Amino acid sequence: MSNGVVFDPLNGIDGEKVDIAVKDGKIVKSVSEHRAKKIDVAGMIVMPGGVDIHSHIAGSEVNTGRLLRPEDHFKDSECKTSVTRSGVGYSIPSTFTTGYRYARMGYTTVMNPSMPPLEAKHTHEELNDIPLIDKATYPLLGDWWFVLEYLSQGNIEELARHVAWMINSTKGYAIKIVNPGGLESWGFGHNVTSLDDQIPHFCITPREIILGLCRVNKLLNLPHSVHLHTNNLGKPGNYKTALETMKYVEELANDEKPAVHITHCQFSAFTGDDWRTLGSGAEEIAKYLNGHSHVTIDMGQVIFTDTTTMTADGPFQFGLYELTGNKWVNHDVETETSAGIVPFRYRKKSFAHATQWSIGLELALLVKDSWKIYMTTDHPNGGPFTAYPKIIAWLISKKARKATLKKINPKARSRSLLPSIDRELSFYELAIMTRAGQAKALGLKHKGHLGVGADADIAVYNVNPHKTDPSKEYKKVRKAFKRAAYTIKGGKVVVKNGEVLKHVEGATMWLDVKISEPFKVTADMKRRFREYWTVEYENYPVTDRYLEISQPIPVKAEV
Amino acid sequence: MIVLTPSRQLPFPVMAECISPDVFQEKTLEEIGELAVWEGNKQKKLADLFKVEEQNREGENEATITICGDVAEVRRIGASMTIGEIMIEGNVGMHLGEEMKGGKITVHGNAESWAGSMMKGGTIEIYGSAGDYLGAPYRGCGEGMRGGQIVVHGDVGSEAGAYMKKGLLKIKGNAGQFAGLRMHGGTILVEGNCEARAGACMTEGKIVVIGFLESVLPTFTIEGVRNKVKIKETDSIEGPFYIFSGDLAERGNGKLYVSKRKNPHLSVFEKLL
Repeated sequence: MSNGVVFDPLNGIDGEKVDIAVKDGKIVKSVSEHRAKKIDVAGMIVMPGGVDIHSHIAGSEVNTGRLLRPEDHFKDSECKTSVTRSGVGYSIPSTFTTGYRYARMGYTTVMNPSMPPLEAKHTHEELNDIPLIDKATYPLLGDWWFVLEYLSQGNIEELARHVAWMINSTKGYAIKIVNPGGLESWGFGHNVTSLDDQIPHFCITPREIILGLCRVNKLLNLPHSVHLHTNNLGKPGNYKTALETMKYVEELANDEKPAVHITHCQFSAFTGDDWRTLGSGAEEIAKYLNGHSHVTIDMGQVIFTDTTTMTADGPFQFGLYELTGNKWVNHDVETETSAGIVPFRYRKKSFAHATQWSIGLELALLVKDSWKIYMTTDHPNGGPFTAYPKIIAWLISKKARKATLKKINPKARSRSLLPSIDRELSFYELAIMTRAGQAKALGLKHKGHLGVGADADIAVYNVNPHKTDPSKEYKKVRKAFKRAAYTIKGGKVVVKNGEVLKHVEGATMWLDVKISEPFKVTADMKRRFREYWTVEYENYPVTDRYLEISQPIPVKAEV
Repeated sequence: MIVLTPSRQLPFPVMAECISPDVFQEKTLEEIGELAVWEGNKQKKLADLFKVEEQNREGENEATITICGDVAEVRRIGASMTIGEIMIEGNVGMHLGEEMKGGKITVHGNAESWAGSMMKGGTIEIYGSAGDYLGAPYRGCGEGMRGGQIVVHGDVGSEAGAYMKKGLLKIKGNAGQFAGLRMHGGTILVEGNCEARAGACMTEGKIVVIGFLESVLPTFTIEGVRNKVKIKETDSIEGPFYIFSGDLAERGNGKLYVSKRKNPHLSVFEKLL
């Protein structure tokens, strides 16, 4: 691939003309020139394939969302072509369509962030059906009974061994915690409102869950930090909880790796006492992040559109149902977690929604180091992932922000910090926020960069950074990022000019955590599976053959 | 005026949202014939299924489309139209005038389900009967009719006017079950008889039944008897009518007007007044 303008932050390449050679699905130093197929990408942006750290694309929750919302499919359908299958869905696209749409935007790796362990098989079946992108999934372990029990005994080492077994048997990639303690309490109709609330029957607090699992994460040497959805999410005044959480794991900070990833941080950055006094806590959170390096966050940007909210945070979703009166699903996943789904429309004219929109962008612009914050919409909670080009436009252009600011609720506009922020991200910073940073935070060594040995996942966008002023011509950039000129997956051209050319299966990555001696499943554990779960222990673990293309990543643990 | 005549039998569902004065406007006959429609899972041209002709009669609106023949399998005719008129001399398929914003559709025959689904403005007049979900939104969607008027001279099926917010439904024949399900505004007038569960889960709006109503839901409460009920600003109907208010299960304040004369079985409610 020659003559492109390359942005490869992990290798320090900032808009230079670099030729890229690909062989057998990997990036190599050089290839024999006369035999290789050449692609001339003169005057175009070349970046590593996009990486999404948090996007609900598969699993029982996503699928229930599809069932709940026929009206979401009926206005957005794709016909089959000679290579692609037909599909439907705007905020919750069907599996194949999800793969095609990500690839069209130049994304090649996507992480599914919430998988109840009980639904692991379902999740992997759907992940198998998503083509063109590599993917992985995080099991929900924050309110898993065994975890709570080990924590109440204070037995961190044994817990680490149990978590290693869990990650292996659900074929997961990271530890996901959602509203720690809140979901277990929700099983009894309650929630937790602070880090120090007691969790029924286990006599521990959310604080202990977070710290305990962060310690386990370190003991197991997992590539990604703990992926945390904070307590009190979506409630005015919750930025204090988010800050308290970040401060509490400060002791685990070491220079090499962050200890915790606060996901969809926009939803955890509210000030105020109620919805009328809602304000932005972005400044405080950004200030903290600018001074500390043990936390990474992603945006969870809100888009003004009709979407479907879905999280494992059952009590939050119930609150959302009460707020909107919309149709809803709420579910208690046995001894593991909970879940909820509510359709939702973010409106420009709503004070709260417009403030949320502003908070997401404020976070992205006020955090000085782009390696600490990543671009997401928490698909589909803040809006569908297909809106990423819109967010890109807002990030690179003050003019684009101004144009939207004009249309939003006047009270929200007058309180927004955005008019006072002049920062406009460069393409280099954008490459960090959309691929390099995310790959680094996930510990994916072969993704998010174009160095020798990396997977040949490349995105090319038809916009010339030397001739385009992104600040003024943001519409041109938005259009280019909507339909990649080329998406190359594993060395194969899968998308050209926004059209899918080829069907390629994507791999499912999972961690093969090696502990010093094999984890013994005791008779007592099997008994409990029989008594408390609807699935017998023997049918519980996801075997290797369940994954269409299994890509285990070996990890050596310290226990 | 453009005249469309089916050139053969149409055994499979045809998706033809392109049959709309907005789309036909300023197009030649050839261009109209080239418009894409789906027949079953095959994409076709409009000219493959219909004979497209132009007829000009004096005093007639240019933006008029006439369909001569039975198009009971042709769906989404007049979807999102804003101007002009469509006249159908025969039966018509589902989703007629879906989300239409203006103009007029006249059907000299029967219409299938979801006629006037989610409409925002304009008029639909059906001289035959209409199927289920008249003016109701697509499955799962909570936004029903938000304006305009539908007049049906025959009978209608279940859930007419579901999720209705604004506008008027005039049913000259009988209505099926669940008329005005979850409506939160607008008016439904049933001149014939009405099956049970009218106004289930309604929170606002008005349902007037001039004929026989099987039963009133237990979550409605009687408010009184009135001699007259207003349908439109200038239009009112003589009673007397029982007025029920509900649906209390939804803390609603919708009004159900039921003719006193045709419904002697409801006289038991009078002692509650």
